[in-house]
Amino acid sequence: MTAPTTEIEDEPADWASVRGGVGDRIFYGLALGAGCVILAALAGVFVFLAIKGASGFSKPSEVYGPHAESFLGYVFPLLVGTFTASIIALIIAVPMAFGIALVISHYAPRWIATPVAYVIDLLAAVPSVVYGLWGAFFLAKQLVPMHVWLHDTFGSWPVLGALFGEPNPAGRSVLTAGIVLAIMILPIITAITREVFSRTPRLHEEAALALGATRWEMIRMTVFPYAKSGMVSAVMLGLGRALGETMAVTMVLSVGFDLSWNIIATSSPTSIAANIALKYKERSADMLNVLVATGLVLFLVTFLVNFVARWIIGRSERRMAR
Amino acid sequence: MAKSIDVSDVNIYYSDFLAVQGVNMTIRAGAVTAFIGPSGCGKSTFLRSLNRMHEVIPGARVEGKIVVDGQDLYESSVDPVAVRRQVGMVFQRPNPFPTMSIFDNVLAGLKLNSGKMKKSEAEAVVEKSLRGANLWNEVKDRLNKPGMGLSGGQQQRLCIARAIAVEPQVLLMDEPCSALDPISTSAIEDLIHELKNDYTIVIVTHNMQQAARVSDDTGFFNLKATGEPGRLVEFNPTKKMFANPDDPATEAYISGRFG
Amino acid sequence: MTMLQESPDRVHISLIQPRLPQFAALIIAGIAAALGLLLLVLGTGLVPAVLIGALVFLVALPLWSFFIEGRRGATDRLMTSLIWTTFFIALVPLVSLLWRVIAKGAGRIDGTFLSYSFFKTQIDQPVGIYHAIIGTLLVTLGAAVISVPIGVMAAIYLVEYGKKNKLAKAITFLVDVMTGIPSIVAGLFAFALFTLIFGPAYVSGFGGSVALSLLMIPIVVRATEEMLRLVPDDLREAAYALGTPKWKTIVKIVVPTSLGGILTGITLATSRVIGETAPLLLIAGATDRTNMNLFDGAMTTLPVLIYGQNLRGDEAAEAIAWGAAFVLILIVMVLNLVARIVGKIFAPKKN
Repeated sequence: MTAPTTEIEDEPADWASVRGGVGDRIFYGLALGAGCVILAALAGVFVFLAIKGASGFSKPSEVYGPHAESFLGYVFPLLVGTFTASIIALIIAVPMAFGIALVISHYAPRWIATPVAYVIDLLAAVPSVVYGLWGAFFLAKQLVPMHVWLHDTFGSWPVLGALFGEPNPAGRSVLTAGIVLAIMILPIITAITREVFSRTPRLHEEAALALGATRWEMIRMTVFPYAKSGMVSAVMLGLGRALGETMAVTMVLSVGFDLSWNIIATSSPTSIAANIALKYKERSADMLNVLVATGLVLFLVTFLVNFVARWIIGRSERRMAR
Repeated sequence: MAKSIDVSDVNIYYSDFLAVQGVNMTIRAGAVTAFIGPSGCGKSTFLRSLNRMHEVIPGARVEGKIVVDGQDLYESSVDPVAVRRQVGMVFQRPNPFPTMSIFDNVLAGLKLNSGKMKKSEAEAVVEKSLRGANLWNEVKDRLNKPGMGLSGGQQQRLCIARAIAVEPQVLLMDEPCSALDPISTSAIEDLIHELKNDYTIVIVTHNMQQAARVSDDTGFFNLKATGEPGRLVEFNPTKKMFANPDDPATEAYISGRFG
Repeated sequence: MTMLQESPDRVHISLIQPRLPQFAALIIAGIAAALGLLLLVLGTGLVPAVLIGALVFLVALPLWSFFIEGRRGATDRLMTSLIWTTFFIALVPLVSLLWRVIAKGAGRIDGTFLSYSFFKTQIDQPVGIYHAIIGTLLVTLGAAVISVPIGVMAAIYLVEYGKKNKLAKAITFLVDVMTGIPSIVAGLFAFALFTLIFGPAYVSGFGGSVALSLLMIPIVVRATEEMLRLVPDDLREAAYALGTPKWKTIVKIVVPTSLGGILTGITLATSRVIGETAPLLLIAGATDRTNMNLFDGAMTTLPVLIYGQNLRGDEAAEAIAWGAAFVLILIVMVLNLVARIVGKIFAPKKN
């Protein structure tokens, strides 16, 4: 992770800080202060959300209405909505991203790889609201035939049938939202995995090739084991993005409260983030408290996802070092 | 069964840049052939063209004929993957696969071809290969430990074991000792002596004493001038090369007057 | 050692293994394309025709290879085709998105669109997105003014002073956590903070800047940290050896050496937050007028404007939304381009 600082650096540093006097102390104070601001900011996020949201966990039941009576009843469908859209996004985006990353790092000649990598980087910078606009005004309409086809083909199947019930006539389903999310997180996952793929030591790749491995066997023997933790962290980062993404879901999904397995339904629960963006305008004090409380839940969930990602990376790094 | 290699009129390119020009030689079967020469003269590049590893670099290509056992390696119907299985390679720096155990490292090449192996069979191959690389006694108790945990010299012998586990006909070594200490170097040199009974060995080295110690034939590569392609200046039995070389440039290089 | 010679197959192994012709992939691709075209003519839609064509290619090539080249060759060909297929599938929506924005947005751009706001003083006055452009620039500038000093100084602390002590570890960890903060949570934070202090009706562009800086700081810290670590220790030691105090070493030697990378990181961080919508929706509000005061009153930014037009949903609103999206993407692209150029200009000179 971080480059080891050499021992040599310590000595003159201390010596300099003694001799440097006032200037050094002020500068050190500024640097330390900046670090502490970051600590304070994150603590602040938690504290202010807690202050503002605490009462949102236990309001009178009519506040949560008309579809729920308690905070749990209110937030659970939203959590389901959040995760459904994000998981659909991951299922679509991850294989794609790995494929593109491999094309860029190992398959394409450089005259293709360089511009493609550049375009992917640019797409990572496209604002989410533009993805939302495109999803709402263009993609949803294009996906209507697919919704109908999915329902007609799989609707009567035993297990798949549950996923593909009555379709949304405008294509504004969780599936569509998930697809838009997938396109949004594709660039970030691609960018990270491409980076770790291309950092596979040439030495190991050549060792595999010299043993008579085909290109795919070489990738399986050297690139994937080497890049494993980077791939996991890319996926988790993508998941974090998808969970917290607001605009794409807000703009694409037609909102409802029907908790069902049907991912092409007319009225599926929306995500936590999207729900906040849709409801904040009511600005009734009670509702705001509830929304902040759901925001706190979202914060904790994404925190957990990132934490697990870091833990997995740390564990595999330790194993490699052993 | 070791095989000889006939090289005729080989030119090697990186894109448009001609790196090595007009090489002709016959590498004897069951002998050790060493390539010496100053840095950048194309000896490693030439070595890598002997098992079609050169073309791994984008834009790199080879012209001419390299015939092993009656088959031209660069004929269009030849599969480079099959070539590399017959012509094994050991690299400058030891490169065992970091995520694999010693056991799996030795079997890595074999598993590609045979898919599933019986455990007893696999163990036999591992023992045979590690014994062949003079490493068995040092690692037999820790076969399931990662290969990266070994010392540099042991890692290099593990790489040799990995290369001979697939039973190639030729073994190429690209400065196999340049990253090793003198003791490990001498262990590898002893190993080369033993291996030449079974394999045709081609070794690139910067160390002229090493070439004199281990090889039967020696090829001297040099650049005509800076920016010109590298070429084979002289190819002779090692004894003659070091005692009485044909070319004055060879003598100059060997006696340390340049390079 | 003699054991090795016993296996009989070592005597002569052919290097010439059966292989597909060099243009096998092209031949199959041609067949698959022809089939797809035929289906298209027969009246299936474009999408099923393409899908079936691709499927035929994915099955036929490995199958042919399996019978001629064997299992390993077939696997290699299958994976190669699959990997390239994902690549092409993924390009479709990405290209479609860019094309839509350009085709629908570029036409809407003209002088009035860029210089008028939504606020009409006469009934037939044209509308434009001037107020949102100003809002976007001011809010983002505010975020950068907050984030850059904090981010750069924190990175300096981590690299030059922290040396993996407990505080540095905690900061590194929290920066990691902050990179994962959902933008709406950042908005909620600013909203909670400012409404607690100034009362529930508070909206201002500055609140938006604070929310955005929460998203921007971790990116700046990461980029700066990475660049500072690339500065070789020899340079620092050389400065110490001349009797330069540590802070001057950092300001005069370390930071200038890595300036290109730091500026690139800052620019990219800016381009990343400039398109944020959700936090601004909560705290910066929306208005039809041009508001030049960052600290007072609602301030519309381009993303919020696009979202608002999307909600209205009529045709005129959609056209404005695409136009604004085009301008927004243009700003982001220019920032990215600037980042690259800056990185090139300030890159350490090499011979």
